[in-house]
Amino acid sequence: MKLLFKLAAKNLIGAGMRTWLNVIVLSISFIVIIWHKGILDGWNIQARNDMINWETGGGQYRQKNYDPYDPFSLTEAHSNIPASFDSIVSKGEMAAILISQGTIYPAGRIQSILIKGINSDQKILKIPSSQFTGNNEEIPALIGRQMANDNGLKTGDLVTLRWRDVHGTFDATDMKITGIFETNVPTVDLGQVWVPLDRLQKMIGAPGEATIIVKKNIETEVPSTEGWKFKTKEDLLKSITDLIKIKSVGGIVLYIILLSLAMLAIFDTQVLSIFRRQKEIGTYIALGMTRGQVVGLFTIEGALNSVLAGLLAALYGIPFLAFQSKTGISIAGAGKEYGLALADKIFPAYSFGLVATTIILIMITTTIVSYLPSRRIAKMKPTEALRGKLQ
Amino acid sequence: MENTTLISIEGLRKDFPTSGGRFTALNGIDLKIGKAEFTGIVGPSGSGKTTLLNIIGSLDSPSEGRVMVLGQSISDLNVKQAALLRRSKLGFIFQSYNLLPVYTVFENVEFPLLLLKLDDSHRRKMVMDTLDWLGLTDKAKSKPAQLSGGECQRVAVARAMVKRPEIVLADEPTANLDAANSHNILKTMVRLNNEFQTTFIFATHDDKVISYLKRKISLIDGKVLKDEITNN
Ligand SMILES: Nc1ncnc2c1ncn2[C@@H]1O[C@H](COP(=O)(O)OP(=O)(O)OP(=O)(O)O)[C@@H](O)[C@H]1O
Ligand SMILES: [Mg+2]
Repeated sequence: MKLLFKLAAKNLIGAGMRTWLNVIVLSISFIVIIWHKGILDGWNIQARNDMINWETGGGQYRQKNYDPYDPFSLTEAHSNIPASFDSIVSKGEMAAILISQGTIYPAGRIQSILIKGINSDQKILKIPSSQFTGNNEEIPALIGRQMANDNGLKTGDLVTLRWRDVHGTFDATDMKITGIFETNVPTVDLGQVWVPLDRLQKMIGAPGEATIIVKKNIETEVPSTEGWKFKTKEDLLKSITDLIKIKSVGGIVLYIILLSLAMLAIFDTQVLSIFRRQKEIGTYIALGMTRGQVVGLFTIEGALNSVLAGLLAALYGIPFLAFQSKTGISIAGAGKEYGLALADKIFPAYSFGLVATTIILIMITTTIVSYLPSRRIAKMKPTEALRGKLQ
Repeated sequence: MENTTLISIEGLRKDFPTSGGRFTALNGIDLKIGKAEFTGIVGPSGSGKTTLLNIIGSLDSPSEGRVMVLGQSISDLNVKQAALLRRSKLGFIFQSYNLLPVYTVFENVEFPLLLLKLDDSHRRKMVMDTLDWLGLTDKAKSKPAQLSGGECQRVAVARAMVKRPEIVLADEPTANLDAANSHNILKTMVRLNNEFQTTFIFATHDDKVISYLKRKISLIDGKVLKDEITNN
């Protein structure tokens, strides 16, 4: 076996140009697959983390009438925070959010919004609720960068806010933008205004009530409560997970095309070299190699393409991939329209598993593709191989 | 010269399937070849010389009859046993040298020893001794493409001889060489034959080769016409 590897390596390198062409194509496949999959993995990790940090936490209790796709459900979708949660909330492991519909009038325009009340001392979501500052006159409000840009708002601006209380009566007052936060999660940004929970409760006349209760992202038991349904983190992250899955399928098509190209090149080389090297094959047999050894030799020769490709890929791939994972890949603006968390920059994540599976996958396919044509050698008659007369 | 019999052939017949049925390339061959012989199978083109050599070399098998080589019946060997016989006991020399192009002269000559799994230092010494014998020491690092035809054939002889085989089978070894190189290589083989008692069997119709033979087996249409001891 060791001998065959030695001979195969010699033959392969001796073959020159053709070998290097195959190796280059194959090494590009290595890099593109790892790179592309790394971007998806990086995006997935980033998007999930962003969603968890800004929106879903470790899961949410939702008031039974709450339907995020139906804003009219909001009038009914709030009730008292279960008393059994009090201690958990005060421990800082849960945060209550009250949601109500409203309208703002920035620069004379009208925009309907969701008003979200959240405790100023919560630490579960990244909403900078500690920035609810100021006197009791205006309502302190936080908005996201996108919301601010869309409506031409900046910190310190006063905006008229109109809402309806639980009895359906309209009321209005000024709110003051006390902070603008940067987030990659559009669902906490676009069309949303964050205010202190107690203020919103007072405004709509629903003291002690909430629409959703966000759990901290830690492994704890999930007590069930009358009138509230629990959505797990994974339920809430399903949209992003599904999107990544779709993108992954697109990726697999790309990998298959790339690998097919590389494999075609190797298969072709193998067929050609077995045809052209009949005399050599006959010589090996005359010198006392078994046909099995010769089949092995040619298979290893083909398979070694992937080893050389791996080495070459490491040579230029590691610096490239390392650079990419450090600087990130700019995709500014893309994907906001999905309404999904998407940073301006994706930092590819190359896990050991990703690299290992890619290497193993390519090595196995290369070996199979090298073996298939080599089987012909076992059927050759040595006398005819020596004469080089096989078709 | 008549000592131990290494090869004994009785009633050998070889048929090849052809489009019109079959073609009989060897028909009723009876032969005995002993140790240290320097024998040639001679005859016109198509007389069956290569076919006979291939069967003795276990690269092909008889259709009928018995061919015993070094105590083993060629028809009874499976492919693995045949490979083992060639690997350890037989050396081949071809008309077109059949050197491995990506290997150096040293590596080409070393190849049979690698198959025998000899250890490094042992191998090295055997290769260097053989190269020395054939005057190839200064070509050890050359690739076949850098050698002349005569040098290539000398490398092929070295490769056949390096493991000190019992029998060397040479099919038209001089066909691609000029007269001077032919004589040179033949003299070398005579020398090896004397020195190591290696049995040489040639397939040839070259008069230069014939002039060195100690025994000449004339083949015509797959039959032995004459079997004579020559006075070389
Ligand atoms: N595989 C084969 N299939 C069919 N016929 C074959 C095959 N091998 C050899 N023959 C035929 O057998 C006969 C003997 O062939 P062989 O090669 O032994 O001749 P030879 O004496 O070596 O001739 P040359 O001097 O030209 O090398 C020829 O007529 C050849 O056509
Ligand atoms: Mg012939």
